[in-house]
Amino acid sequence: MLSVLIIIYDIKHLTNCEYTTYILHRIIKKKRIFRNLKKGKAIKMKRRDFFKKSIGAGLAAGAAISLGGYDKLWHTTSLPTGFDMVAIMGGKPDSMFDLGIQELGGIGTFVRKGQKVLVKPNIGWDRTPENAANTNPLLVKRIVEHCLRAGASEVYVFDHTCDNWVNCYKNSGIEKYAKDAGAKIVPANSESYYQEVSITGGKILKNAKVHQIVLEADVFINVPVLKDHSSTRMTCCLKNMMGVVWDRGYWHKNNLDQCIADYASYIKKPALNIIDCYNVMTKNGPQGVSKEDIVNMQSMIITTDWVAGDAAAAKMLSLNPSDINYISMAHKMGIGNMNLESLNIKRIKM
Amino acid sequence: MTSSTLSKIRVILSILVLILFVSVFVDFRHLIPDKYINAITFIQFVPSGFKLFYIGIIAAAGFIVVLLLTLITGRTYCSFLCPLGILQDVFSRTGGRIKKRFRRFGFKKPHTVLRYGLLAITLIVTLIWGIYFLTLLEPYSIFGRFMTYFLKPVVLILNNFLSGLLGKFDIYTLVNTPVTNFPLLIYAIPSAFLILVVIMSFSRGRLYCNTICPVGTFLGLISKISIFRIKFDEVKCTRCGRCSLACKSSCIDFLNHDVDISRCVDCFNCLKSCPDKALSYGLVTIRKKEIEIDNERRKLIAGSVLLFLGLSNSSSGQNTVVPKPTKASTVRENRKYPVCPPGSTGLANFTKKCIACSLCISVCPNNVLIPSLKEYGISGIMQPRLDYHKSFCTYECIRCLDVCPTGAIMPLALEAKKLTQLGKAVFIKDNCIVNTEKTACGACSESCPTKAVHMVPFEGKLVIPETKDEICIGCGHCEFACPTTPYKAIFVDGNPEHKAAKKPENVQSDKKKPVEFPF
Repeated sequence: MLSVLIIIYDIKHLTNCEYTTYILHRIIKKKRIFRNLKKGKAIKMKRRDFFKKSIGAGLAAGAAISLGGYDKLWHTTSLPTGFDMVAIMGGKPDSMFDLGIQELGGIGTFVRKGQKVLVKPNIGWDRTPENAANTNPLLVKRIVEHCLRAGASEVYVFDHTCDNWVNCYKNSGIEKYAKDAGAKIVPANSESYYQEVSITGGKILKNAKVHQIVLEADVFINVPVLKDHSSTRMTCCLKNMMGVVWDRGYWHKNNLDQCIADYASYIKKPALNIIDCYNVMTKNGPQGVSKEDIVNMQSMIITTDWVAGDAAAAKMLSLNPSDINYISMAHKMGIGNMNLESLNIKRIKM
Repeated sequence: MTSSTLSKIRVILSILVLILFVSVFVDFRHLIPDKYINAITFIQFVPSGFKLFYIGIIAAAGFIVVLLLTLITGRTYCSFLCPLGILQDVFSRTGGRIKKRFRRFGFKKPHTVLRYGLLAITLIVTLIWGIYFLTLLEPYSIFGRFMTYFLKPVVLILNNFLSGLLGKFDIYTLVNTPVTNFPLLIYAIPSAFLILVVIMSFSRGRLYCNTICPVGTFLGLISKISIFRIKFDEVKCTRCGRCSLACKSSCIDFLNHDVDISRCVDCFNCLKSCPDKALSYGLVTIRKKEIEIDNERRKLIAGSVLLFLGLSNSSSGQNTVVPKPTKASTVRENRKYPVCPPGSTGLANFTKKCIACSLCISVCPNNVLIPSLKEYGISGIMQPRLDYHKSFCTYECIRCLDVCPTGAIMPLALEAKKLTQLGKAVFIKDNCIVNTEKTACGACSESCPTKAVHMVPFEGKLVIPETKDEICIGCGHCEFACPTTPYKAIFVDGNPEHKAAKKPENVQSDKKKPVEFPF
């Protein structure tokens, strides 16, 4: 009896096989470093590669922060076509995306051949697509297709769901649509998929356990759905990041708005934010009670500046962006620009 | 049909049944549809007996089938259909393989007093006080607990190890699934039984089935009048004793050419072992056994009375099914009643019918069901309850309702389950982040599927939760999501009797589709 109890106690400690994965990780890491040392310049090459990639993907954030005052700098990050944001209205999610991304020079501006891409939709709830609690599956599918056509070596899709993850993935339709398009569906249900990172720019949120795919991917595409939210008033680009971290409770406990803004300062930023405003949950968010909450707005916002994206999205819900705490916090921290007047916005009606 | 074919059929069929049962209980990816699970469990004797008792004939086809089967063929149920019986055969075979001297087969006298005593006590306790004695001894639920408590975690750990390996190569076909930990004390009873069953089966084959198992004893009584049974051909028999040594039930008295049919589980090993084909399985030939039966009956009555006197004291003190409310403290969650699964209609009904087989615990996709320790009272130990600190009851799911083999959790349509109130959310303002820290949170309201927990204006721009009892279904998502520790700022207090919740009303959004971009 005693031995059995001891075994059970041991099992409790080995729950996620954390230890074994940890050891394996150590072994693999050591081998990699060893190999690199043998090759000599391998490490240098990698670093140069990384800079190329990050510039290519508009990820100069790290450098910008170290220079101080990203607020002044952000104007220079506008896209080759000159637009900071493209807003489309009047079509289906997939055709609106086709049109919008063309205005930004195609997805090839952001995704280079052989790169690993993370497409991060909102799959938070066990609801069907018409309830618009999750990102439109059709949109996710089309984005994946674009990425693969641009030569992405792999496209990953995941979300740390609020409801049962299997049901969320399935009933949102995203699992099937993304798989059909050729994406790799990655689970995010267990702590073992997350790695601790430090958020240097954070005021309250200094550390977070982030999904390993976020760290591995070369290009990060954020695909939130615009929704009303019971406590932060709305959820979109920045709040969608609650689905890449493990411990959301910490955010809720320690000034939710500030934590959302803090995480946005983390170095791994999305190269592109594609906001699904096709069906918009205007009340009872973020889960919705019934279809009465939904307004068919048939719109989409594509932007590289996610604070601007959130500001525009707030206006879609007839909210004042400065009333949304985390938007103004993020603006003040220099993460992006919430003043839409100073942006170069391309508006398209289909 | 030759004798060795019979035994081969038995082995193949029983292995098949065992694989089915094992996969039902360890299916952590939830790949087996509920209707197949039902098809597998419906023939289990005690669960379907409960359905007969509480629901009626139609629901309890399995019980009738087993009775008829026993009347015709003897205790084939124990060899072909009982998962614990088959598991013991596996143990017994392994025991024989490891060391021959583990096996101590050969004819033994039955433990008449013990087995009939236990059967009588089980029956009496179950009929008068409650189900707990049956829960302890009933083979199907014992097997279920072995699988859920011991095998499933092992399988999960293996799976997590492999998924970790595959994950390194970017393969996500295997998913890391955290093991649910039950309170340590809960493991005590299944552990004790595991040790008991393993030791008994290793050395003595079906000793557990023929002394402790109430189902075995009961079917043994019925099989005494079964039509088909193992018979001796006294002319052919050379009294070599091989059959007796091969008998897992130690029920063949080869010297007197007698098979104790009440203990014979129809494994057909004796047929295979007999070199002279003196044993056969066929229609009964009448023999006189009057005196012996009389003797057994006398022993039975004496035994049951003795055991009953000895044990009745301990069982009479376990009448409280529903625990009494504990004293309230200002911020501690004052949970008056535990929450029992939807479809069980209430605590009293649930604790009366649940044999704690833990099938629902295994199939629950959210792992919200865990065995209770003392929430239902000591007598309800191991019966599942919903633990909202661990997880929550997901809105679009009726799996536990679909698979329950005893009818303790009755099936409901999904729409009906969504309107069943298991308990009510209680808000503790003094614990709430919004009140104590003056920062936004709303985790509870965000996760509420019916918006029974909604946010109302508080200080400044802040909003604070408020609950609406009539549309709350007690799913516990709010309690699970609430980030405060150690006590939650919102918790679900169980309803002793489940109630009907109102359907949440909703009005069309006043926002219109924009004609122009608002920016």
